[in-house]
Amino acid sequence: MFIFELLVQGLIQGGIYALIAIGLTLVYGLLRILHVAHAGLYALGGYCAILITNASGSFGLALTCSMIIVGIIGMVVYRIFYQPLLDKAPFVALIASIGLFIAMEEIFRIIFGAYGLTFSAPPLQDTVVFLGIYLRQCEIASIVLAIGLIAGLSLFTKYSRIGIAWRATVTDPEMAESFGVDVIKVRYLNFFIGSMMAAAAGSMVALLNNLVEPTMGSVPSYKALAIIVLGGLGNVRGTLIASLAIGIAEAVGTIYLGNILDRDSIAFAFLIVVLMLKPQGLFSKG
Amino acid sequence: MEYEISLLTIVGISIIGALSLNMILGFCGQISLGHAAFIGVGAYTSSILTKSGVPFLLSLPGAMALSCLIGIIVGFSSLRVRHDFLAITTMGVSFLFTGVVRKQEVLGGEMGIAMIPDPGWGKLGYMVFVILLVVILAIFSLYLKRSWMGYTFDAVAEDEDTASIVGVNVASFKLIAFALGTAFAGLAGALYAHNVKFIDPESFGFIESITVLSMVVIGGTGSVWGVITAAAVLSVFPLWFQFIDDYKLLVYGTLLCIVMLFSPQGLSGIVADLKGRLVNSKEGLHAAD
Repeated sequence: MFIFELLVQGLIQGGIYALIAIGLTLVYGLLRILHVAHAGLYALGGYCAILITNASGSFGLALTCSMIIVGIIGMVVYRIFYQPLLDKAPFVALIASIGLFIAMEEIFRIIFGAYGLTFSAPPLQDTVVFLGIYLRQCEIASIVLAIGLIAGLSLFTKYSRIGIAWRATVTDPEMAESFGVDVIKVRYLNFFIGSMMAAAAGSMVALLNNLVEPTMGSVPSYKALAIIVLGGLGNVRGTLIASLAIGIAEAVGTIYLGNILDRDSIAFAFLIVVLMLKPQGLFSKG
Repeated sequence: MEYEISLLTIVGISIIGALSLNMILGFCGQISLGHAAFIGVGAYTSSILTKSGVPFLLSLPGAMALSCLIGIIVGFSSLRVRHDFLAITTMGVSFLFTGVVRKQEVLGGEMGIAMIPDPGWGKLGYMVFVILLVVILAIFSLYLKRSWMGYTFDAVAEDEDTASIVGVNVASFKLIAFALGTAFAGLAGALYAHNVKFIDPESFGFIESITVLSMVVIGGTGSVWGVITAAAVLSVFPLWFQFIDDYKLLVYGTLLCIVMLFSPQGLSGIVADLKGRLVNSKEGLHAAD
């Protein structure tokens, strides 16, 4: 029973990781940029969710608004910071992204204070019994949201015309362009959807912890990088599996490895071992 | 005077840290986002040594040796993975370091190590010692850059496949770069620990790695003078202008973005560009004659 509970907690955490990491891996797949500032957008999503819920009283509205606002800011970030750096050496964009992320954290701290914000009346906190274990409604909601968004994304990329154009661009940008795909539009779309999913993750984490802090993005940002590497950079399915695996490994590892390693370094220990054995990640093609 | 002395000591230690990363990132082109971990290894090693009675001067080689050893182990990862993957691996090293140290009672856990013994040279003596080491390291860096090894590092940084085709043993040069860089990082750590007299895992976290990285990148990767200038300026600013200290990270972050967007070669790139323009405009005058 105890193990089952750990597994469920791991899946909840893993679902959150997946929402963050998929946006990151999409950006890497398309532009070969490690988008560290993605976690800044995730934190921004959390802030938007709390501010809008407290102002309007509806978490559903807050979640929707937060996803749209952050999605648009994601496109702005691409336009200002990444587009001019696309033809430079890869670590140039990486360092710019780290700089942007640190600056974002500091801006959150300066505007909203170092101690973070909380919901004035946190919604979805009632406990329900599910298969013999106690879960809060918001934990169930975050799993459902993660499944819904990821399933929606995979249907979208598989069946819609834009989705197909997107996949074509990821596989071969020049060929896609010569077949009439508007590559620039695809990039904006990519950032919009990726940032939107990060905002969803941020909103759910804000709800789960009833807290957003300026530094809430720091650990997920680096952990999400570890996850997308494990998943084979740019590979969405691999990223999904890696997210869930890390979520569960952490839930179980905290219990059994807790006195050697702290929770947040488990993902990296796992990552370093895997990279040494398989330098292209667990699920790379070829 | 007291204040200027402690200021110069801090600047000196920052310069040593930045120059050590410059050997790995600037000379050999291997990105390392976990440099503070090596500074931390040096700080912890030397503090434990001096606390158990080893003289300060003898603890320095000890700190350098252990840092260097761990650096070589991490360096091996640069043989397996490249570019983006290496960036993430070294970032992982930084998190592993703080994660492991936090949980070790021997190393003081979350509380860190306090009451690190004073080397006993007074504040002025310590400053002179640090500045002396900075000068030695700067000369060594300049020498290294112009030696045959520096040119080989250049080749590896530029294009390692081509370098290996023309007969450069890429693997061993990467390891040498990591060994040198991390050894001096250990030195910086030992100096830091005996200056502040208190260390904890947070002093060597990811943010510190990024601080050192900003110094190298803003100065211009590979340029010894650029890195020294940037390290001095970036470490003095928050101390001089106390009101900036609160916004230190905001300033660093914004500077990193701006430098990458407008001059990826950093300060040294800007200087070279200005020089080039000056020469061009002079030539322009001659042509007019």
